[in-house]
Amino acid sequence: MLLRHTSKEITERSALTINPAKTCQPIGAMYAALGIHGCLPHSHGSQGCCAYHRSALTRHYKEPVMAATSSFTEGASVFGGQANLVQAIDNIFTIYEPEVIAVHTTCLSETIGDDIPQITRKAEADGKIPKGKYVIHVNTPSYVGTHVTGFANMTKAMVDYFSESTGQKIDQINIVPGYVEPSDMEEVKRLAEMMGVRVVMFPDTSKVLNRPQTGKYEMFPAGGVTVEALKTTGDSLATIGLGTLASGPAARALDTKCGVPCEILDLPIGFKATDRFVDTLRKTLGITVPESLNEERGQLLDIVTDMHQYFYGKKVALAGDPDHLIALTEFLVSIDMWPIHIVTGASGKKFESRIRQIMKDSPYPINIKAPGDLFLLHQWIKNEPVDLLMGNTYMKYIARDEDIPLVRMGFPILDRIGHSYFPTVGYRGGMRLLEKILDAMLDRQDRDSPEESFELVM
Amino acid sequence: MTNSIFAERKDQVHRKGDEPFQMSCDKDSLAGAVSQRACVFCGSRVVLYPITDALHLVHGPIGCAAYTWDIRGALSSGPELHRHSYSTDLQESDVIFGGEDKLYRALTQLIDRINPEAAFVYSTCIVGIIGDDLSGVCKKVEREKGIPVIPVESEGFKGNKRAGYNAACRAMFQLVGTGAVDDVSPLSVNILGDFNLAGEIWIIREYLERMGLQVVANITGDGRVGDIRRAHGASLNLVQCSGSTIDLAKMIQDEYQRPFLRVSFFGVEDMADSLYKVADFFKDMDPQILERTKALVRDELSELYPKLKKYRKALEGKKAAIYVGGAFKAFSLVKAFRLLGMTVELVGSQTGTEEDYRELHEITDPGTIIVDDSNPLELSSFLEEKDVDIFVGGVKERPIAYKLGVGFCDHNHERKEALEGFVGMLNFAKEVYSTVMSPVWRFTPRKQALSSNRSKMDVRNEKKAIKN
Repeated sequence: MLLRHTSKEITERSALTINPAKTCQPIGAMYAALGIHGCLPHSHGSQGCCAYHRSALTRHYKEPVMAATSSFTEGASVFGGQANLVQAIDNIFTIYEPEVIAVHTTCLSETIGDDIPQITRKAEADGKIPKGKYVIHVNTPSYVGTHVTGFANMTKAMVDYFSESTGQKIDQINIVPGYVEPSDMEEVKRLAEMMGVRVVMFPDTSKVLNRPQTGKYEMFPAGGVTVEALKTTGDSLATIGLGTLASGPAARALDTKCGVPCEILDLPIGFKATDRFVDTLRKTLGITVPESLNEERGQLLDIVTDMHQYFYGKKVALAGDPDHLIALTEFLVSIDMWPIHIVTGASGKKFESRIRQIMKDSPYPINIKAPGDLFLLHQWIKNEPVDLLMGNTYMKYIARDEDIPLVRMGFPILDRIGHSYFPTVGYRGGMRLLEKILDAMLDRQDRDSPEESFELVM
Repeated sequence: MTNSIFAERKDQVHRKGDEPFQMSCDKDSLAGAVSQRACVFCGSRVVLYPITDALHLVHGPIGCAAYTWDIRGALSSGPELHRHSYSTDLQESDVIFGGEDKLYRALTQLIDRINPEAAFVYSTCIVGIIGDDLSGVCKKVEREKGIPVIPVESEGFKGNKRAGYNAACRAMFQLVGTGAVDDVSPLSVNILGDFNLAGEIWIIREYLERMGLQVVANITGDGRVGDIRRAHGASLNLVQCSGSTIDLAKMIQDEYQRPFLRVSFFGVEDMADSLYKVADFFKDMDPQILERTKALVRDELSELYPKLKKYRKALEGKKAAIYVGGAFKAFSLVKAFRLLGMTVELVGSQTGTEEDYRELHEITDPGTIIVDDSNPLELSSFLEEKDVDIFVGGVKERPIAYKLGVGFCDHNHERKEALEGFVGMLNFAKEVYSTVMSPVWRFTPRKQALSSNRSKMDVRNEKKAIKN
């Protein structure tokens, strides 16, 4: 037993997180910033934060992840990080030549009280910001919220800094995709394009963190939303934010700042949530859903009919980010599987009530904790076992100790490759997810069947 | 952008042969550089975390604990406490009102719950700023619970990884000297600076035991608190990995007059040389030890060399680049590549000292680029310029190599094959071969251009060579 110190008896813990189901804000801000074309994320803090975020993102996406740091020393921590940031801005524009530097803070620079806009103005006054280049910023104290908060805040900063309203509407829709894989962002764009919708997606990490092998190392790859496109978001017909937590703040900010109406939906995981996404596009633009898309939906449904006998009444334990968990729970319930233990690292009463509402017909009692951690999840599982685990790589300890199959989903995935190329959103993403779930369950059945009941046709 | 070396970084890059060797290093990274370096906390955490029966509690926001949760692959033959991630998960109110109370509650609850042999409590940036009295809380809990509760002064901003190594050594030194040493033989050593990645320390322990030596403490791979407590009883400390544990060896030397040897277990030459140095140290106490060591090396080499031959044949003339955390490892890698018939075109480290770089300069060939605290742009331009076949580095370097269509070997936290010892040389050769000779590179745009100039005959010959 790897996690042999996990006891079945659950005692109240008031000051302690064991085996977290979250990480801190800055990494989310860094991930979002990588979704701007030609952008170098900048971590205003100690070197370690930047190195950790880059390593974690590299382990997950298997791509080079570039970001600079203010490299705080003891002096900067006492006297403030202004000199470091001004020098950093100068060095970055001189050497790396990005279009945008996206600064996020850390617990260190937040607590000493560095005023980033003031420092940026100083850098500008000193002539350190070349014409036509930008420095944007966001406050991401690590002791508030989670990595999803950081993502949401950086995405909102894109609106704060770039969105403009000229009064002239453009025939396009803004989509804020949520804290999802580059493959998911690509899939959402594909769905919209199938419906003939022009989309500005921000952030957009496709072709940044799932790029092809070109034989070249490019510091700023082809992908990412351009600054020009970001500026036009204020003139778009509407904004669709996918995922309340990750995309809500940016979508609402666009409404407030430029009067672009917004619709905040769940991540389009599974057919119901994808239907709502497609339907929102249809209604917003008064268009019809093309037959090709109906066909994809039909295929997803067909797979469910072929598989449904295996899913009936199965119990699942989930850990992940709230936006994912809501959509995933709905999908699982719609195929007759029941998530009975759910933890997320973020806190949220709304999250809990939403899950309970989706699960209202559950034949089993359910455990939900927000904020919770994987240690608690493990304890619940010891008390009430499940048939399947879904969550990030850290769930593999539980999977091994309790001998339960695991479908990897969410962030981070450190031990499997492909998730950044294949989506889990949309009808096709749903099909892939189902394939993964059923493979995991039937592989287990094959492994566990005694010889006499081992079957060729299942 | 192609002219990518910062003006200020000029003296951190040296090309052997251009001008007399001079290099500056151990300086703070330039603000704004995409440095590959980490922080003090990182240094402390990676050194201490393989102590498997200690509680490791990170006092700080969740990130510091999350990013260091079981990332190193340090294996244990017993307890697995180090596989958990424990954090006080500081929130805004803690930052305002202080986190001491939370730390106290977390520590006492945890110690009651899991009964560890000792507790290490790591300080992070924020703790240094809000001024929590970490050592005060630790002392109090130590008194109450009766186990060593040791503060690790690892505030991230107080330097780079090396400062973190030092903090880790100071923390461990508090344990040394507190255990009984009556069962420690005079023929005994501690192994320092080995983290048991892929089970490496088990290989080394076996060699030392075959030589007739008792290994008292593993510091820290597969480490135990009880062993570190009696580490002062060992006659000699073997220090591998230049940066991480040398400070502890010096402290033990000063306090307990136990000398240390710097050793390397990577590569045939350094491995054998290290064992001979150890044998030499003990030869007066045990006149037979040299003979036993010679026999060991002979046995191992006679098994290894025939197996290495075929790899060497295929790899002869291929080019390598090295960028690792500590420079000491780089010395061994340069020699290991030489044994495989390969040349080293670039060698660098995150935290080398001037002495390290001087030594690198001595053992490398003319034209080799030597670099301190590099960045991806610089590294990739050197890789392209030198047209290397393999890059040896860590997690952040791997995708850079792959994007360029260059093979890669992780010689850092993420290695999955034991690379230490004589058997490690064989594993290394296999790993180098598997990536350098992989057919995948023939499909990459850069290599496609090159391979059109290369006859298909060559490829066939290489294949044949490997079959023999």
